Amino acid sequence: MSPITMAKALNNGLRAAMERDPKVLVMGEDVGKLGGVFRITDGLQKDFGEERVLDTPLAESGIIGTAVGLAIRGYRPVCEIQFDGFVFPGFDQIVSQLAKLRFRSQGRVPMPVVVRIPFGGGIGAVEHHSESPESLFAHVAGLKVVACGNPVDAYWMIQQAIESDDPVIFFEPKRRYWEKAELDLDVPPPPLFSSRVLREGSAVTLACYGPMVRTCLDAAEAAHADGTELEVIDLRTLSPLDMGPVYESVRRTGRLVVVSEAPSEVSVAAEVAAKVQQDCFYSLEAPVLRVTGFDTPYPPSKCEDDFLPDLDRVLDGVDRSLAW
Amino acid sequence: MPSWPGFVEPEPTAAQVIAGLHATVEGGQDLVQVLTPEGVRIAEPRFDRYLGDVDVPRLQSLYRDMVLVRRFDREANSLQRQGQLGIWVPLLGQEAAQIGAGRALTPRDMAFPSYREHGVAWCRGIDPTELLGIFRGTDHGSWDPAATGFHLYTIVIGNQCLNATGYAMGQRFDGKVGDAESGEATICFFGDGATSQGDVHESFVWSAVYDTPVVFFCQNNQWAISEPLERQTRVPLYRRAQGYGFPGIRVDGNDVLATLAVTRWALEECRTGNGPVLIEAFTYRMDAHTTSDDPSRYRLADELELWKLKDPIERVRVNLVREHEVGQDFFDEVAAESDALAARFREYCTNMPEPGPERMFSEVYAESSPVLDAQRDAFLAYHASFEGTS
Repeated sequence: MSPITMAKALNNGLRAAMERDPKVLVMGEDVGKLGGVFRITDGLQKDFGEERVLDTPLAESGIIGTAVGLAIRGYRPVCEIQFDGFVFPGFDQIVSQLAKLRFRSQGRVPMPVVVRIPFGGGIGAVEHHSESPESLFAHVAGLKVVACGNPVDAYWMIQQAIESDDPVIFFEPKRRYWEKAELDLDVPPPPLFSSRVLREGSAVTLACYGPMVRTCLDAAEAAHADGTELEVIDLRTLSPLDMGPVYESVRRTGRLVVVSEAPSEVSVAAEVAAKVQQDCFYSLEAPVLRVTGFDTPYPPSKCEDDFLPDLDRVLDGVDRSLAW
Repeated sequence: MPSWPGFVEPEPTAAQVIAGLHATVEGGQDLVQVLTPEGVRIAEPRFDRYLGDVDVPRLQSLYRDMVLVRRFDREANSLQRQGQLGIWVPLLGQEAAQIGAGRALTPRDMAFPSYREHGVAWCRGIDPTELLGIFRGTDHGSWDPAATGFHLYTIVIGNQCLNATGYAMGQRFDGKVGDAESGEATICFFGDGATSQGDVHESFVWSAVYDTPVVFFCQNNQWAISEPLERQTRVPLYRRAQGYGFPGIRVDGNDVLATLAVTRWALEECRTGNGPVLIEAFTYRMDAHTTSDDPSRYRLADELELWKLKDPIERVRVNLVREHEVGQDFFDEVAAESDALAARFREYCTNMPEPGPERMFSEVYAESSPVLDAQRDAFLAYHASFEGTS
């Protein structure tokens, strides 16, 4: 067993899902012959053919809108949106049809569609290639929203998302695509819609997801060197939120810092904070703090090191919590 | 128009464009018609073979369809005026377009309606009472799309064209295209206003690229709420298909026989692998956009008077009487049947049960969401706390 990258883990996961169920289709721009701009679908068209791995016209509403129709027909499409900032032409179909058809039809028209979106910054890209729009989707009833934070989760979560009979918006932290981990297929995965404690600690709880999981684990390691033990929770599911492990942790630590790249106003991080003050009111030793991107459009990439929370900003948040 | 290499088609003047659009009030010389507004059956060499089975009983049946559909449509309008429906979307004037297209379908085919296709719903075996929930506010569509071959109404303009295209891609991937007898096709209904939507453009692109068996059935009823056709297009809508690489045809949408024939042809093209096809059914919205609309603010009454002369039902009645000597008994029977349908429709509407508070929490997700479950449980407990109080 050798370590594999998140990109390869996603590729393997997609392949396993396609082998298991002939109704699973992969569709998107450049996903076929090229294997996707990040090579997540590399080799799939060669092995499964052009009718199961579709190089689509360049139109995001078309990708989602036809996936909805294919799902009505009984298929399980996995759509790739090339970059986070390009999903908005498809937003109408996601919100108006994909999210609502099950409810409108009272269960007669299930929508087992996965929309994969590489998200987040840190790759020095031009604008519209580094955004974190997950809160927009988490706000839409009828959708489920998840984000993987490491290769092992990526491998299992993509397969679980495809098996789900609900539409799942699947966020992939593009700057973590090439980080590696050991994948032991004998270790069964936790349920898709569950958060997980990745590192135990007693001083402060860090809640994070996607690209910030690695940042928070690094911060916890640095804090450990200074004698402060941080607990790190990977939320994994942003809608519905799985708050049980967060509550349990905060009741022990009394302190919570929520970390995300997305701007903080009216966000997933804001919802986590609101829920914790409601359910852990008497356990809190300090207000819930947020360490996030700023409420600006994503800046030119030469500014992104300042925009994105990094190890130091996370530890600054920890210090402010402890100093309260 | 000549088309040799090097020929440059002159740009039309503004006056020519306006004149061309005015000409479309008559449908122009490309309009396929087999039954004139005066009720005269005329020969149509290209499409008569698609009407070989239409004998007198069959024509009477099409007449009956249109009368019954118009009758419950009028009843629904009245029910809205009396406060029994929140809104109604009248189809008045579009009966032939919808019955002609709807009766061309087989049970294997799939239809994706907009929100005015009550006549197509009728042809798919959906009882008119099943349409009421949407407009009374008790549901978002109560029929089973898979069992009826009729998707739920789509209210966001043009969304359904992409959904239909995806469905038709699935028909092709499933190997259901190629044989005229056993093949499947999809038909997608939308209006002239929808043709301006990006989703409709994208669906034309995708359908062309994937050779999908989909008939794009555009009911050009001349008005998108208050906006006339010239706010949507410079060219007749059926000609747009050429730019996407598939056939487009304009049919008299007030002629049930022509619509039936042309739609049968288009579906056959799709079933045998020659899809997609665009049909522009040239018709007229004789009533308001919805019961909330007031057409007197934006169009002249004489336009309506002109279209009344081209009524889709009257021309069939005249044809049955003049060319087939159908007696008054038949028309009296249909009228009585339509009154009975309207009475049943009204009775059903005024007695519809209202959904309980648990309805809004049901079937949001396949796998329940703990967040939503908690909201439901808390609200139902709150709701129950009022029981026994007045």
